[in-house]
Amino acid sequence: MDAFLLQILNGLDKGGAYALIALGLTLVFGTLGVVNFAHGALFMLGAFVAVSVQNLLTISKKVKDESITFFDAYKETPYLEIWWGDTGTALIDYAVPISIVIAIPVMLLIGLAVERGLVRHFYKREHADQILVTFGLAIVLQEIIKANYGANPIPVGAPDIVAGSANIGALFGIEGLVYPWWRMIYLLFSLAIIAGVFAFLHLTTFGMVVRAGMHDRETVGLLGINIERRFTIIFGLATIVVGLAGVMYTPILPPDYHMGMDFLVLSFVVVVVGGMGSLPGAVAAGFLLGILQSFFSMNEVKSILPGIDQIIIYLIAVIILLVRPRGLMGKD
Amino acid sequence: MTKNSKTTNESRRDFLKITAVGGLAASAPMIFMKNAHAYVNEPKGATVTLGFNVPQTGAYADEGADELRAYKLAVKHLNGEGDGGLLNTMKPLSLKGSGILGKKVQYVTGDTQTKSDAARASAKRMIEKDGAVMITGGSSSGVAIAVQSLCQEAGVIFMAGLTHSNDTTGKDKRKHGFRHFFNTEMSGAALAPILEKEFGKDRVAYHLTADYTWGWSQEGSIKKYTEALGWKTQSAVRTPLGAGDFSQYITPVLNSGADVLVLNHYGKDMVNSLTQAVQFGLRDKQVNGKDFQIVVPLFSRLMAQGAGENIKGIFGSTNWNWSLKDAGSQAFVKSFGAEYGFPPSQAAHTCYVQTLLYANACEMAGTFNPCDVIAALEGFKFDGMGNGPTEYRAEDHQCFKDVLVVRGNENPSSQFDLLEVVDITPRAKVEYPASMLGGDLGSCNA
Amino acid sequence: MQTIITSSRTRDTIILALFALVVLTAPLWGTLIGAGYPDLLQKFAIFGLFAIGYNIMFGLTGYLSFGHAAFLGVGSYTAVWSFKLLSMNAIPAVLFAILLSGLFAAVIGFLSLRRTGIYFSILTLAFAQMSYNLAYSVLTPITNGETGLRVLRDDPRIIDTALGIQVEGSPLSDFFGLTLTGYPGFYFCAVMLILGFWLSLKIFRSPYGMKLLAIKSNQIRMEYTGFNTRPYLLSAFVISGMYAGLAGSLMAITDPLAGAERMQWTASGEVVLMTILGGVGTLFGPILGAATIKYFENIFSAFNEQVLQQAFDFLPPTLTDLMVALTRPFVGEGWHLTLGVLFMIIIIFIPGGLIEGIERIRRLFSRRRQPPGENSPGSRSHSPREPAA
Repeated sequence: MDAFLLQILNGLDKGGAYALIALGLTLVFGTLGVVNFAHGALFMLGAFVAVSVQNLLTISKKVKDESITFFDAYKETPYLEIWWGDTGTALIDYAVPISIVIAIPVMLLIGLAVERGLVRHFYKREHADQILVTFGLAIVLQEIIKANYGANPIPVGAPDIVAGSANIGALFGIEGLVYPWWRMIYLLFSLAIIAGVFAFLHLTTFGMVVRAGMHDRETVGLLGINIERRFTIIFGLATIVVGLAGVMYTPILPPDYHMGMDFLVLSFVVVVVGGMGSLPGAVAAGFLLGILQSFFSMNEVKSILPGIDQIIIYLIAVIILLVRPRGLMGKD
Repeated sequence: MTKNSKTTNESRRDFLKITAVGGLAASAPMIFMKNAHAYVNEPKGATVTLGFNVPQTGAYADEGADELRAYKLAVKHLNGEGDGGLLNTMKPLSLKGSGILGKKVQYVTGDTQTKSDAARASAKRMIEKDGAVMITGGSSSGVAIAVQSLCQEAGVIFMAGLTHSNDTTGKDKRKHGFRHFFNTEMSGAALAPILEKEFGKDRVAYHLTADYTWGWSQEGSIKKYTEALGWKTQSAVRTPLGAGDFSQYITPVLNSGADVLVLNHYGKDMVNSLTQAVQFGLRDKQVNGKDFQIVVPLFSRLMAQGAGENIKGIFGSTNWNWSLKDAGSQAFVKSFGAEYGFPPSQAAHTCYVQTLLYANACEMAGTFNPCDVIAALEGFKFDGMGNGPTEYRAEDHQCFKDVLVVRGNENPSSQFDLLEVVDITPRAKVEYPASMLGGDLGSCNA
Repeated sequence: MQTIITSSRTRDTIILALFALVVLTAPLWGTLIGAGYPDLLQKFAIFGLFAIGYNIMFGLTGYLSFGHAAFLGVGSYTAVWSFKLLSMNAIPAVLFAILLSGLFAAVIGFLSLRRTGIYFSILTLAFAQMSYNLAYSVLTPITNGETGLRVLRDDPRIIDTALGIQVEGSPLSDFFGLTLTGYPGFYFCAVMLILGFWLSLKIFRSPYGMKLLAIKSNQIRMEYTGFNTRPYLLSAFVISGMYAGLAGSLMAITDPLAGAERMQWTASGEVVLMTILGGVGTLFGPILGAATIKYFENIFSAFNEQVLQQAFDFLPPTLTDLMVALTRPFVGEGWHLTLGVLFMIIIIFIPGGLIEGIERIRRLFSRRRQPPGENSPGSRSHSPREPAA
């Protein structure tokens, strides 16, 4: 029973992550009509904002290890710790939360630059052209990160007080039900961001115009509203959301330059299962796929259907798309 | 718009012209000379070409880059440049520091992308176009086995880089392929006594295994040796390669009753699964009245960096570590450190040694003819290369040497000081009969 | 209409003859660009075929499949199994590979073609990824997993054994006694490529091809006129799947090994990129795109400092160092970067891909040579998106 509860919890946590990563992709497709293959790379850039912040915070005083003569080996003590003692240590410990604050403007700027400089010229082009150009961009972004940070994963830790696991079983009187703090925080964080994006689109005039633009761009344009500029902001917003998803993911998955490609296919599957361009669909699909993936990875299930956990995501995608032509909540 | 495209076209044309000239110069003689050779790519001029086939893109790019550094260093030393490195410590030594058989050593490089197809394509280019007489490198067993059988077909020598699966010198061994790196069988044999000493005989293990040949090979070996100690294996769960998030496989471990988690993962998978397992509080857990433990049977320092704090105190095995104090290791770390400013990885070490061993065998044989080189390498006993007395066993072309059992360093003295050598398991303890792993070497193909 | 077809028929013969000439002389001109060795030339031909076939689906109907690598993989596995069980002769391998990948494509196509647009793309992607993941792990008894399926000396090979053909050393594929590695292997692939190109030319010019194009321009209108598009789409999908299977079998013929990574989504993505890079819906574009990408993968990745030093040797030493430093990030381990930049530049400045680029250069020259206003408007009407050469 508690094994089952754990998997449900795990599924929710995966689902939150999937939904958050896919949200920006579906937003951009729904509003701008652009198939963005660089979405995964933007996720990766978000994660590397956290890496960079951590690197900045831990700029260290290097004390040479004299026992090693063949090359320079250092014992490193961050300047922040030397100057500010425990306050400095705490600052370094909170690198990821600090990165969130920094990632918002950084990712916004990146998003605006990509939209203004590249994506804007491809609104009217075929999907194939959009795929090629954004895929090219993804490779270039990836290679820039590789040239500067190497190809190996880089560890980024969560703050110490939430680095371990919470004994949540104690709340319900079930023994042995523990779950990592950070994953629960990720779940709550993704719910908050998703709620925020929905509120923005549904409760503000800006959002209303954008939704109208999604529906009928020409008419909105005829009304004298500059829909292009709003689309630029939407692209920026999508970039921020996926960037934050990346920042928050670093304690779970040590980032490397290639992580974006690994999540690209997944985020497309989530978006399409939910229905291209449907925000509620992406969220629903994210949670559905997360929970089912966890469930089908259970040993009890795997022993009946060997290898099922390898393909479950795609199998669900196939079934849903064959049953529902436009995904879970897609528009015709 | 038109103006822009014009400039692109023109610059591309210029560029093509340059590559065309270079390409012509490089490849023209090859076509006409092929038939005049006694064996494939017999070096006729004043130089001999070696092919360094390493992952330059993909997850193992950093490891590949380190291998390439080692190869370049080896070429320098073979040609009598630099401080000579292991030429100073290797025994017996036939090399003179004047290239190989008086021919200056040249090299070509290629990208395996850690994919069998790409690796074979790259190796074929080296053989067909660049005239390489030996291919070496790689950072995974799948690639090593694929390139090894290609080299057998093509009739050149393959000196494997980092490959740990039993199959490379077991089921899939080839006459033309040689491996200096250790394998999962040796990892199991070396780790088991240490695990017994540290964790006792009464343990229940839970394996998470990368779902492909290397993972199965390691799972099998670790199971075999730990069960011989009296450990029980609760489950062995296969995980998809590159799963990223392993949480759905870790949650069942929590209440399974197991008190040891064995992670049969390498590279990125290892970093991710270890990081996540620690996050799930496994290392703070008490099961069956004992502290829960995690074991990572194959360690790599480069990859351990990615796991950060989580690697501390975790046991595993490794082929070589730069902190070793023997003369050979010291000489290598010194040359490598002086050249590049940081210590070499185990991948770099094995690749460097393989290059020297090949060159030395050519000197011993007095020819580059692969059949004679193979004969020289088979049963070759040597020392002073960082692993103590070592032998290239004739029956399966596997090097037999001491195996290092290591632990993630609790208190590193520098950023490179990640692994602490716990024990050096002597060669006799990790040796097994060649017939155990099966396979057929076949015959020399020249 | 009739006159257009007859006049284009002689033109097509010339196109085919020229194509055959260019392909068969590849070892000669390949040398000029450093590609004159069998393996890369084989790859040009094989991936050229793959892309031609893919273009029949994507270029004509506009359906963007993200799962064609699965058919390539099925073709490879089938060919190797044919080597293992029947004979080292290439012919049964090719035939079975085409047949089986065609069947596989029929099943996947039947299901996937119930949807259009991006939904179709994701369905094909999902099928291909399932094939890849299973081939890599659970299906190892059939595929030999990560290591890849290889031909072994002690395989049964019923036909060869019955005919008393013995294998000495490593088994290699043959064409009635002619071993198909190296240049013979290339010429075998080249003949297949020419045949494949000829078929694709026929399809492009046929009423069938016209109908496929009509589906691309407006499927809904076609359906309103009572025209059932499904059989056309499915047959195009199966044909392109068979091309992929043929390409896969040729990979196994020139190098008797089949690995699961051939089926990964990145491999499917590669053929999409090849087609778009060269020019979607053009006859030559996909082949050009395939050759470009394979050239970068094999030649650019092999440039290291040594090679660069030699290339810029003619400059004064300081300039040489500068040029080496400037070009270094784009070659060797940086070849991905060059490819990414190339994708972006081409698609930004030459939307029709490489073929349009060539067309522009040609127009530039012909405008110079001929008096203005005579032929240029005519040639301009050849929009690269139409199935013109």
